[in-house]
Amino acid sequence: MADIKADASLDLRGILCPINFVKTKLKLETMDVGQVLEVVLDDGEPIQNVPKSIKEEGHKIVEVKKEGEHFRLKIQKR
Amino acid sequence: MVDKFIEDKVTRVPLKKDGQEVKVDFNDLKSGGFIKQRQKDLFAVRLRCPGGRIDTKKLIEIAKIADKYSKKGVIHLSFRQSLEILYVDYKEFDSLVRDLEKIGQKVASCGPRVRVPTACGGCEYNPNGLTDTQQMAKMVDEKYFGTPCYHKFKISFSGCPIDCARTREMDLGFQGVVEPTWDEDTCTGCTICSKACKEDAIVSHPETGKPIYDPLKCIYCGDCIRACPTESWQAKRYGHFVRIGGKHGRHPREANEVANFIPNEKVPEVIEKTLEWYKINGKKGERIGKAIDRVGVESYTKFMESVFKSGEPVPTGKV
Repeated sequence: MADIKADASLDLRGILCPINFVKTKLKLETMDVGQVLEVVLDDGEPIQNVPKSIKEEGHKIVEVKKEGEHFRLKIQKR
Repeated sequence: MVDKFIEDKVTRVPLKKDGQEVKVDFNDLKSGGFIKQRQKDLFAVRLRCPGGRIDTKKLIEIAKIADKYSKKGVIHLSFRQSLEILYVDYKEFDSLVRDLEKIGQKVASCGPRVRVPTACGGCEYNPNGLTDTQQMAKMVDEKYFGTPCYHKFKISFSGCPIDCARTREMDLGFQGVVEPTWDEDTCTGCTICSKACKEDAIVSHPETGKPIYDPLKCIYCGDCIRACPTESWQAKRYGHFVRIGGKHGRHPREANEVANFIPNEKVPEVIEKTLEWYKINGKKGERIGKAIDRVGVESYTKFMESVFKSGEPVPTGKV
């Protein structure tokens, strides 16, 4: 998969649920439709919950990469 | 055992009042939502709130009525999602019922009959919800509330396997399920579904990251569908997981699991047929769970076969 360019980035490692999602949401609100936000999430609860919540808000996850104990997600604002 | 029926206790009340004229409409009391309190002449009046949902405008009116009739100015939130106006003098029943009628509020029930159904929020606004539990509760309340039985008969609807409406403790419980189906072409092997699955029903292939699905471990919650970024996991069908014969109380009994993926439109038939089986096989004063223990769950599942075929029957009815 070709790397998608991110317009902004958030490192959410060590940030607990649901604060990680809230931070993601707030960041997305500052961005334009179509722009891409990159977030880094811990394995476990964050990766169980955050992608679901992002989808429920109507955004699209365009890329997921596993990097050791965490995940790098790219989210396109809708 | 007349004493079992609350309304029969109520009918005796006027006899105790020598000479005093009291207006009690026995038709109102038949459903039995008037519950004798410890205090002389005072009753709790249980309102009918299917699924525990009330319009705010109506709630304001209920509050006014409660304030008018409750001698102590209190309401209790019952364990079955209803409002109970406490400390109501039985001499004011008639007037209270008329006031409630004006705002379209009915009184609930006690005794040996189908009770007001309970339900969680369901799929309307709860992200986990798979079935429209509120609509189902409304339907059951309209169609089956008050149907006479050998004992109380409690129905509930949970929208998902988290089962907040405790279908395992109901005489008849419906719990939302979704069967997932996976499309290989759109899957990128991101492994999020295996992370989202709390049941270990999905593990990711060590090389491709693509899911390996074990239906025997799946509880049909839909977490994989909600988590999948590429919509590779989709809902194949929604339905209700059916549980029968549960109860709490002094001697709890966990319900038997008897069918899966029953579609919405078959729920009325499940209820009707279940009540029919209960009528044939039950005994006065006996909950349906006890009848199942006595007669055998296979008798029930066999009786239900024609309707359970609309989903997937569980003929052994395991607990």
